[in-house]
Amino acid sequence: MSAPRAEIAHWITAAAILFVGLLLLAEAIVGPEVFRRRAWRAYAWPVAAVVGGVFLWLIAALSTFSTLHLIAHSLWAQAAMIAGGVQIAVIRGSLTSPRWSLVTAAALFLTGASFLIHEQNGWLFSRSAFLHHLIGWVLVASAVFPVGQALRPRRLVWSTGFALTFVVVAILLFADRDVAPIFGHLSEFAGGDTP
Amino acid sequence: MSSEIVRPITRSRGRRRPAPTPRVLAIEALAPLTIVGGVVWAIAQPYRVAFIHRDGKGVYDYLFQPPLLVVLVGVVFGLLIAPSLVRDLLEADERAEG
Repeated sequence: MSAPRAEIAHWITAAAILFVGLLLLAEAIVGPEVFRRRAWRAYAWPVAAVVGGVFLWLIAALSTFSTLHLIAHSLWAQAAMIAGGVQIAVIRGSLTSPRWSLVTAAALFLTGASFLIHEQNGWLFSRSAFLHHLIGWVLVASAVFPVGQALRPRRLVWSTGFALTFVVVAILLFADRDVAPIFGHLSEFAGGDTP
Repeated sequence: MSSEIVRPITRSRGRRRPAPTPRVLAIEALAPLTIVGGVVWAIAQPYRVAFIHRDGKGVYDYLFQPPLLVVLVGVVFGLLIAPSLVRDLLEADERAEG
């Protein structure tokens, strides 16, 4: 059996990210005290981030599209593992300062930046290119939420915004296709009629 | 008939659940909303569901169909996460009320 197409890998990732988004949204609704009453629930999202990082390393190792793809996936893998690891330490009580949320902010910013840097085509080149730009900017902008959590940890807007970021990224990843137009545009270099 | 099994109806029903708070309703709504989102997507774009549009579809297309993945996420959240979270939330609310 051949390897799955890139879009299918993106849809599977979208499903995992949507689940994490729902978990984070639930935590924002009930508050961390209630959410962390059960250890398996408290550790679910940080462990998902670490496991996601391991899978991203596998993709980085097996993906042979280009050096930029390799570097971008490696950066995402590293960022996810570091953010997940720090969150595990926060939940264990080893790290107590809310300022550790800045690590998550840095991970989101780095992930968004690498999305933007590794997409070499313009916004309307294809749907995939458009989504790379949009996801990149969404992630860069959403870094403000963990920064807010670090500075004003009790404000609901930061945890809700952080959770909704995952839901939005999941929706964008579900919209991904390997070759598809965006707003009627598809470059001839991507297989379309319009240059 | 064993009295270990058969109990008065009033006893077996247990305590009546208190009226749901907005937070409980919000948690209980997350899974159904997600499932509805997946179903609406499947209706809006039936070609994203391989069972409906079979032409040129491979194994992976049948295993991972985006609208059905969304429904699956909603179902898993509704079965694994929401019930225990609602229970813990109700307990915490009861404790807060004293």
